[in-house]
Amino acid sequence: MTAFQAGADYGDGRREEARRPAAIALDHSDPASKRIIVGYGFWIFLLSDIIMFSAFFATYAVLSGETAGGPSGRDLFDLHNVAIETACLLLSSFTCGLAAIGARAHNGLMYYGGMAATCVLGLGFLAIEIREFVGLVAQGAGPTRSAFLSAFFTLVGCHGVHVTLGILWLLTMIAQVFAKGYRADILRRVLCFALFWHTLDIIWVAIFTVVYLFGAGA
Amino acid sequence: MFGKLSWGAVPFDQPIPLFAGAIVIVVIVGVLAFITIKGWIPYLWSEWITSVDHKHIGIMYVTLAGVMLLRGFIDAIMMRSQQAIAFQSQGYLPPEHYNQIFSAHGTIMIFFVAMPFVIGLMNFVLPLQLGVRDVAFPTLNSVSFWLTATGVLLVNISLVVGEFSKTGWLPFPPLSELTYSPGVGVDYYLWGVQISGVGTLMTGVNFVTTILKIHAPGMTYMRMPVFCWTSLATNLLIVAAFPVLTATLAMLTLDRYLGFHFFTNEAGGNVMMFMNLIWIWGHPEVYILVLPAFGVFSEVVSTFSRKPLFGYRSMVMATMAICVIAYMVWLHHFFTMGAGANVNAVFGIASMIIAVPTGVKIFNWLFTMYGGRIVYASPMLWSVGFMVTFVIGGLTGVLVAVVPADFMLHNSLFQVAHFHNVIIGGVLFGMFAGYTFWFPKAFGFRLHEGWGKAAFWCWFIGFYLAFMPLYVVGLMGMTRRMQHYDVPEWRPWLLVAALGAAVVLAGIVCQVIQLVVSIRHREELRDVTGDPWMGRSLEWSTASPPPAFNFAVLPVVEDRDDYWRRARLAERGLGPTVEPAYKAIEMPRNSPTGFICAFFASFGGFGMIWQIWWLVIVALVGAFATFVVFAWRDRTEYEIPAEEVARIDRANRRARGEAVATVEALS
Repeated sequence: MTAFQAGADYGDGRREEARRPAAIALDHSDPASKRIIVGYGFWIFLLSDIIMFSAFFATYAVLSGETAGGPSGRDLFDLHNVAIETACLLLSSFTCGLAAIGARAHNGLMYYGGMAATCVLGLGFLAIEIREFVGLVAQGAGPTRSAFLSAFFTLVGCHGVHVTLGILWLLTMIAQVFAKGYRADILRRVLCFALFWHTLDIIWVAIFTVVYLFGAGA
Repeated sequence: MFGKLSWGAVPFDQPIPLFAGAIVIVVIVGVLAFITIKGWIPYLWSEWITSVDHKHIGIMYVTLAGVMLLRGFIDAIMMRSQQAIAFQSQGYLPPEHYNQIFSAHGTIMIFFVAMPFVIGLMNFVLPLQLGVRDVAFPTLNSVSFWLTATGVLLVNISLVVGEFSKTGWLPFPPLSELTYSPGVGVDYYLWGVQISGVGTLMTGVNFVTTILKIHAPGMTYMRMPVFCWTSLATNLLIVAAFPVLTATLAMLTLDRYLGFHFFTNEAGGNVMMFMNLIWIWGHPEVYILVLPAFGVFSEVVSTFSRKPLFGYRSMVMATMAICVIAYMVWLHHFFTMGAGANVNAVFGIASMIIAVPTGVKIFNWLFTMYGGRIVYASPMLWSVGFMVTFVIGGLTGVLVAVVPADFMLHNSLFQVAHFHNVIIGGVLFGMFAGYTFWFPKAFGFRLHEGWGKAAFWCWFIGFYLAFMPLYVVGLMGMTRRMQHYDVPEWRPWLLVAALGAAVVLAGIVCQVIQLVVSIRHREELRDVTGDPWMGRSLEWSTASPPPAFNFAVLPVVEDRDDYWRRARLAERGLGPTVEPAYKAIEMPRNSPTGFICAFFASFGGFGMIWQIWWLVIVALVGAFATFVVFAWRDRTEYEIPAEEVARIDRANRRARGEAVATVEALS
């Protein structure tokens, strides 16, 4: 929020908390700092994104049995692949966390290293997912085969699109920090990116359970 | 190269759309030429198109809604005249054109009139009432507006290039699937609504953050004006409901474009899932529209009764109760689906329960008026007209919440009468009340009262003439969306309804005249103090129109209706007269990001509709590049120097001081 000054160091949340009451008492300025407002707004956005996913999950739940005589999840899902995908994403959440700490500490090695590792793991996840999709289409189990497969490709594919956009964002953030340094507004964007990336993990855990585990076991 | 697009897309063989399209194009070209000749383009670009000021964005939203109201109303009057004529004959509109008209009417009135009107008022009023300088994310706000404008543009292009959807305002499958709607009409609908829906979602995120996180010092939640509360409820519903719309429309798009099977008749698709999903968005949408109107009435009724709002806490509770229950009644739109008696009973009872908090609100407004010194200015007329009309609409709503009754009335004109009763009598009257109420704040002069009252009476009487007969023919068994009919008993009622539409037209003419007359006589109608109505909330404490920074010094709030208390003290010469210490103010810099984004979204949407894939790719790359360029800015703010702040604020203080002196001299 540009119209207010919070007069706090965005690099360190705790110091900022300690300073805030004094700032209010002095000039009755804005009660919430920009960092709080941006983070809060982004959380609200993420909640809306989760609601969108919930619509796809509900659809999948309704249509998961509608195989129209075609293959079901039990015939198609390869849990070995899914385990590697899950490992990639969970590890990338860890490296993303490292990058966020690195950005706060203005530690280039940690930030760039963390972001690069996150990027590689994200790309690895995408590669496995694309290979899975291509394989399914090749064996005649594409999204047009049955309502179940339509719902499967849409739900998992929507998550994949999010990961792709996340990687685009990630590369942009690497370039931004490289070009402009650890500026307050850029650090806020790194914070939002990290929130976004972790949310994709949470959604993946639900996909892993509802789609793959239930599907392979059914 | 151009996908499905060819010269065959322009309806050379259909005179009505061609003629209408030609007029629209001539008007647009004329307006653009006029603006260019007058040399206004730099001004429009720097002050409006690239503006991130919530006041300017709000005014643009309301203007967009007003223009689209005219378009939607032309559709309405065509339908009413068609049904007046088409007794045992084909009338003047062929079926495929009539189907497009009722689809366009509903789509435009909900997505491009009611939504922008509501969002425009919230944009303009919220930061002023909260006592702050802008919304949480000003540039995002501009993006939201321009994405809505993109939706408007796409829907209107369908008038001349191709066709519009013929499936009704919601694209129910399987009719909307490729098998039964092979044309581009449904695609226009899907992309127009999808793009503007994303804009609305961004607005929801922005305003929830604004209301919950950005206030003037001392503006605690329980001191916020009720309009802020109802806006909070509305935006929470937007955040919770619009993603479902996005997902649902995406699924239908996948069905149509890539042969998926979500809602098809074959391969396991489930049509009724679409009904569930779309109404999980659609029912909260009703409350998204009406809650801000409830907020407007709360402000207007207490201001013009010269009393604090009766039952503030119960009003807040009722608002939040509606916010929650709104999400639990969607199934009442399709009781006839056959979900079974128990499911229907649950949703029927929930639908009746939601009338209770609404009733609480009606009684609160009545008790606010009770014992007050009521001034029947035109915002108050709209409010009282609302209370009478909305109670009727609410009662017919409770009636159709009774499942057996709904089985008889489903899909009849009774339903059409019911939702027009609540949307015109609730949302539109509320928006008109708000428009009249806050117009002086936005432009510095009041609207002409005489023409405003004439407009109210025409709308009020015209509404009853147009829609009460539809209740009757609905009970007589007339279904909605009929292009012609053969039942002689319906005819007189439909003639009365057409007459009602004509009276509403007179109301709209009065509103246009009112605007012109008010602009011409703006010096007599000037609001010099910034408080033309003896207002109660913080927006009236600053000048009209407010300076870019809204408040020279952020107000410190000590109570509910804080400004009212201070203004009355000031009238008696008891207010603080010491000038505050002015400081330089940092404001967000304007940015063309929203406009450029919408530019690419328009081409991207058009490319998707006509399947011009290279255009889609160019648009996506362009949109991403726009965001990167925006993110690369180094200077995001500009500073208004303290002297400038002082100069603007002193002028307003002087005007207020003179006004108080005049009152004292008179008394």
